[in-house]
Order: sequence, then structure tokens, then C-alpha cells
Amino acid sequence: MKSFAELYRTLDETTKTTVKVGAMRSYFQKCSSSDGAWGVFFLSGRRLNRLLPTKLLREWAAEQAQIPDWMFEECYGAVGDLAETMALLLHAPGEQAEFSLTDWVENRIRPLASMSSEEQRFALHEAWNQLSVHERFVFNKLVTGSFRVGVSQGLVIRALAEASQLPQATIAHRLMGKWEPTARFFIQLMSDDDGETNHSQPYPFALAHPFQEEPETLGDPDQWLLEWKWDGIRGQIIRRNGESFLWSRGEELILERFPELNPAISTLPDGTVLDGEVLGWKDGKPLPFAELQRRIGRKTVGKKLLADVPARFIAFDLLEAGGVDLRELPLAHRRERLVSLISADDPESSILLSSLVEGDSWEALRLQRSSSRNFHVEGIMMKRKDSPYPLGRVTGLWWKWKVNPFTCDAVLMYAQRGHGRRASLYTDYTFGVWDNGQLIPFAKAYSGLTDAEIREVDRFIRKNTVEKFGPVRSVKPELVFELAFENIQLSTRHKSGIAVRFPRMSRWRQDKKADQADTLDGIRSLMAGEPTVT
Amino acid sequence: MPDLIQSTSEGLYCPVGDFHIDPWRPVPRAIITHAHGDHAHRGCGRYLTSTQGRHVLQTRMGASAVVDTVNYGESFTLNGVRISLHPAGHVLGSAQIRVDYRGDIWTVSGDYKVTPDQTCTPFEPVRCHTFITECTFGLPIYRWQPQQVTFAELNRWWEGNRDIGRVSVVFAYALGKAQRVIAGLDPSIGPILCHGAVERVNQDYRQSGIPLPPTNYAGRYERTKDWEGAIVVAPPSSNGTVWMRKFGDPSRALVSGWMQIRGTRRRRAVDRGFVLSDHADWPGLLSAIHATEAQRILATHGRTGPMVRWLQESGLDAAPLQTQFVGERDDADVDDAEEGAAIDSEEEAVINGENVGEPEGERLS
Repeated sequence: MKSFAELYRTLDETTKTTVKVGAMRSYFQKCSSSDGAWGVFFLSGRRLNRLLPTKLLREWAAEQAQIPDWMFEECYGAVGDLAETMALLLHAPGEQAEFSLTDWVENRIRPLASMSSEEQRFALHEAWNQLSVHERFVFNKLVTGSFRVGVSQGLVIRALAEASQLPQATIAHRLMGKWEPTARFFIQLMSDDDGETNHSQPYPFALAHPFQEEPETLGDPDQWLLEWKWDGIRGQIIRRNGESFLWSRGEELILERFPELNPAISTLPDGTVLDGEVLGWKDGKPLPFAELQRRIGRKTVGKKLLADVPARFIAFDLLEAGGVDLRELPLAHRRERLVSLISADDPESSILLSSLVEGDSWEALRLQRSSSRNFHVEGIMMKRKDSPYPLGRVTGLWWKWKVNPFTCDAVLMYAQRGHGRRASLYTDYTFGVWDNGQLIPFAKAYSGLTDAEIREVDRFIRKNTVEKFGPVRSVKPELVFELAFENIQLSTRHKSGIAVRFPRMSRWRQDKKADQADTLDGIRSLMAGEPTVT
Repeated sequence: MPDLIQSTSEGLYCPVGDFHIDPWRPVPRAIITHAHGDHAHRGCGRYLTSTQGRHVLQTRMGASAVVDTVNYGESFTLNGVRISLHPAGHVLGSAQIRVDYRGDIWTVSGDYKVTPDQTCTPFEPVRCHTFITECTFGLPIYRWQPQQVTFAELNRWWEGNRDIGRVSVVFAYALGKAQRVIAGLDPSIGPILCHGAVERVNQDYRQSGIPLPPTNYAGRYERTKDWEGAIVVAPPSSNGTVWMRKFGDPSRALVSGWMQIRGTRRRRAVDRGFVLSDHADWPGLLSAIHATEAQRILATHGRTGPMVRWLQESGLDAAPLQTQFVGERDDADVDDAEEGAAIDSEEEAVINGENVGEPEGERLS
């Protein structure tokens, strides 16, 4: 546990990528295979199933610290992180024990789930007594399932690749899909013997960078393959050994949520992998994302929903054919093979070919892009025709050229404290716009400001609080921000009657007074023709 | 019986004895707990401090200030009020002020800590009826690790930086914290260089008989090889200033009790946060309060709300005492952090104020 807790501290205290990678590499080189497996498990954002109610954990921590509930709340308020509060509150540990990460997770943490609450209480008291303050903090993070540290999957892969001296692509592929954090898994992960790969295993998804330049900087449009940027669920279809799989980018198997895709997938030849997007699709065109959202949370789908929001898979890349990995081939070539695989003229099929956006000049393409909203797409994807399938987010090969977001000026009405690094600052805001002389809250946003701006807004909020409702403060309606968002829809669930997608602060309009903010009617007029969501 | 010590617009005031303790406005007679910027202000008629605090207070109040001194534990009488100063363990010369009028005994703690510090006289509990206590770190999440542990971490960090050819810059209050840190450094690792504000206080400490390892004024050096393997001790306000540039890309660390909280640590633009405070932690506050055997506790600057309630629930007569130090109470953690910073920069303003016009903002005379 000590070395894993130290690793956490190093990762937490630095913003330098090389230091992070170096710390992980050294951990993976020195640790036992099972500690390595658990390390990969937690660092890549996986978590244990829920072990016990957080409420009990807090009670027991307060009890062991010999403080009343109100004092626990005061402390939590000051720290802003539950696991950390509990770690700091408790008295200095007694005899410290050194067990491995594996031992802690497998013999002390995971068994909590099947214990009676009295046994849990005893086990936690014992654990807290054996760990230093910092180890306790990491332990609490694991127990509460809130373990997060600032490393991306990409960095974990880099560190593993450096530690094993394997290519990053190999590590990335081996980490996809379902695996169990066992010593055996870690040994295979780090081994240069390729062995047998799991036939459900997806490839790492290629990701695009947002494009903010003028497209002329990309050279001749003819070198680029252009498609619509669909607004759905990114997915990978796998047909191998007579079995069908649909993976989401979150590496979840989601085929049972979209049963209508099953027949088309099962007719694909064995050894086929497609990259594409799941969309709600009706009358030959995509439905807005909010419609598809109704299907995301459900494991089983009713008949009405199936009829209301039929799903389609829009295929845009072919990663494997006849069991052969095609990712190194140029995109133009993969596209040709994709076209011959998926018949473009069967509109009834549930797997459709992603159509190309054509235009002789960037000017013509610019015009096409500006009409994106009419097709319920987010803009244009631009991929180099001669590029291999990129591993992760590689600069220069795939670009997403989105339509400009909608914007409006709104007034800060309510604020709430943030979490983690921003725990003691007011960083989560609710904004309103005018309707008949009244401010109506219509969007929440917490990103887009610089640290300096956050501090300044925080100070304003503290000085201008009108009322407190639990953790929420209403503030004098004075500050105006420009909000950007991707989409607007009518909504009966919101007081304002509209719902906006991905709202964020694009700038602080210090030049504007509250009465110069936008009106609800003004925002409604932006959306012309969007359907109602109930 | 009226309160022997009251909070007025000038500061803490004893009407019978007609003197102030740590006034924030100019008054005729000020008794000073310690020389930090929020406790000692310029412009008073006379100052009184402990004998050991003489040099630091004189430097800060200016050469023309009238500074009287008294030894720890020796009492004197002012308008029938018996006064004595007792070690507070906060910084060199810091004192608790004991005030006794006809057997009604009050003690003003100033800032204090009960943990060891080789650069000042250790805290001594003073029995009294009413204890005015600070409670900067008045929550049970604040429990300091032993200073040797922090010093070991600090020295290891310095050594690690030296080995990869980076300068270490450690930020600490110029008065007190900096000298405590310097005394904890291992001079065999490399040279210890100091910002002018720190180096001047070092001299005051040495003059007062406090041994410190050899240090040098950082501004004296101009060539890169002069600070090879060095640690630079500087006040927090110098982070990000032009002064820092010559050290290239140093590793930076902040030494403060607030570094106990991860969020605070991560918000500060430094590479490392070391936990070391010259204030009492939660167990320290409670043990100090109980050792006074006082029945009445007045809590001032810091998280007074929870502390007062805690003491009330343990059967003491406790109340908050309004002073100008206290910001918004229920959001004390951010405000305190800012307050800490504000106190810092105030300290710096006092020091640097004498050097206006110097290109690098500071100079050693």
C-alpha cells in the first residue's frame, strides 16, 4: 500500500507529464504482478462495486475521532473531500502495518461488501489504525469509490509501454474491453508473447482534435475525407467467431440496448470490426441527441420506444476484415473496402454507410458546414485520406470542425461550491435570462473561467449572497457571462421551458450590466424547428 | 465587574491600566505579543515587548520607535494593573500577556504553538481566569506531524533537486517561519541563500542569540554557478516576481499549516507543500486552553465558531471575541488562506517599504 500511496502522491502533486509517466513506470517495474494489475485497474478509472453506505463510513469516522456530527460537517466543509476529511480527522495511527495493495483490496476492502455493518465498523476502525494519514486517504478513496488522480488513460498506457518495452498500441489494445485485475492479466499485459487475444476485444478508438483554424491551412481539400460529425454514441461493432459485440467508447457492451442492430451485425462476415456512431434515425435522417438519450439508460427497451426512436449504426471506418487488422492501411483504402462491405442502397438495413460531404473548395465546404444544424449534426469531420487509423488523439490526422456554438448573455443567479481542487471555492453556477421582467434560471455551467476569474467571482459571491439554501447561495443578480452551448430544445422538465446542451462560460461580460442580458424569447428564437422533449 | 480587556476600534484595550495589546491603530502605549504585521503596527507612542523580541520589533517598527522590554516572567505594574509576559512559542520574542487586576487574571495569547521550535522559547501555560486564545487552525482536521518529519521531507526534496541540477526555492514567512525552516535545513546538502527580507530577520535572530546555519543574501550573486545546488528561502510574495527569474526553472515549495489540505496545496502555484505551522494545531489549542484552567475562553481570529461551540459543549464559558482579524466566519478556510496571504504581503510591504526604488524590490543594507 505504501508504494501505491506514494505513487498517488507523486501523481497528485505534479502537473508535469514526464514526472507522472516516470512515477508510474517505476511503480509498474517494481511491483508484484497482482499489485500491477490493481494499479492499472485504479489508475485507468475503474472502481470497485459499492461496498457500504457512505453515511455509515462518516459516522464511524466521527466516532473514532470522538467528535460530534456537527463538527464532522464543519471539517468536511473546510476540506471539501470526504475521504480526505476522514483521513485527517482520525488520531495518529497505532502500530502501522505494511500489507500490499493486493492484500488490502482483496482481503480487506472487497470483503467489506459481504460483511454485517458491525463487522464493517470493526474492519474500518482496524484499517484506519494501521495506516498513515496519507495511506488512509488513499484507502478511503478506494473504499468510497472516489479514487481519481490526474492521469489519462494515455499516460497509463505510456508508462506501461515504457515499463514493458512494448509498443503503446499493443498495451492499449490489451487494455480494451473486459479484464480482471489478476496477476495473470498483468503478466500477459506486459509480456512480449502475443498469445491469444480475447475475441470480444475492441480496438482503441481514434479521437479527433477540435479544429479552430481556417481550413485553407490544411491544403487541398482533395487530400481529406470529409463526413458529417454525427451527434450520437460512438461505437465499435465486432463480429468474430460467430458472435456479435457492440462497444461504447466508455468500453461498455451495449448491444442489448440496441437489439435492432443485431440482425445486420450477424450478417457481417466473421472477423469484421467497424467504427461508427449509434444514432436515433427516422425517415432517412438522424433524430436529435436528446431523443437517443431516452434509450441510453435502459437495459431493456419497450416496443413504443423502439418505434419512436429506432437506432441505426452509421459506419465510418473498417478496422478489421477477414480477421486481419487494417489499421495501418491508408484511410482511402479502408474506406473503399468499407463501401464494398456495406451496401449504401439498402435504407432498411440498420447498418448504414456514413455519407461523404462533398465540395470542390473549402468555401463550398464552409457553406455545407453552416447548414449542419439542419441535419442534426455537429459539423464536419476531416480525416487525412492517407492516414492510418490513429491510436488515441493524434494531432493532424483527424479534425472535428464543429459549427460555432450558440451563445447568449446570462446573469449569475445561484452558486455552489465545486469539488476536489475547487472544493472551497464557489465554482458551480446557475444562470438566468429575462422573461417578463423576471430572471428565469435556465442553465448551469462550471467551466470556462480562468483560476484568477474564479477567485474573483468567488469573492463576489461571498460578498453578495442574498440567501443560503443548504450549499447553494443566491447572489445579487449583477454579473453577466456569455454562455456557449451546442443545442437548444424545448423541455417540460425545466422551469425555463428549454434545455441547452453542454453549456459553458465563454467569457465574462464585465462590460455588461444585468439588464443587458438576453431574454428567454431571444434564446427560443435561436432554435427554430427543434422538436419538443418531454 | 466590567471586562478587564475589551475589543475597541483601536484593538484590545485594558481600560484600568490604560494600555492596548496588539492595537491596529496608533495608540500611546502598546504591548506587543509578537512582531508580525497583523499584531504590530507602526506609529504607536511606546512599545513594550519581551527582551528577546527587541531586535525583530525594532527593525519592523523603525529605528525611531520607542521600544521597552521586559524579561519573560518578570512583572511590572501599570496604573495598578500587574502585567507580565510569558513565552508563546510562536516566533522569536513572542509572548502571552498576563494581566492581573485585584486578582482577576486575564491572558492574551497572541499567536502561539505548543510544539518544539529551536528558534524560540517554548510555550508556557499561564493559569488565569479568562484566556483570549487565537484559533487559526481550530478544527480537528489540523494535526501537525512532528517537525523532524517535515524537515526530513524538506531536506530530501532539496537533495533531489540538487541532484538533477535544479535550484530549490522555499517560501516561508520572512519572520519566524523562515528561520525555523533554516534551522531545520541540513547545510551539508548545499548553500542556503535568502531573500533580503529573510536575511535581515536572520541577522536579528543571530543578534538575539539564536544560532542558525550559515546563510547568504541571494541578491549578492549573479552567476549561475553561485546557486548551484542551493536552496533559496524567500517570502511567499516573491513567487512569480522578477526576482525569481535568475534561478531559471527552480522547484518551488510552500511551508505552511494550510498545506495540510490537499485542495489548498493544489491551488497554490508551487510544486510541493510542506506542512509546518507556527500556530497550534487542534490538539495543541485544546491542551493549551485546558492548561490555563480558565473558566472563560474568548476565541479570536480563525475558526472561532466551531471552537466556541466545542468548548461550550465541554462545559466552559466560551464566546467569540470580535477583532479586526476575522473575515467571513463560515467560509473561513478560503478566507483564512487569503488572510494568511494578506498577512504575508503586509509583512513584506513593511519590509520592502524601506527599499522603494531598488530594481529588484529588496536590498540588504
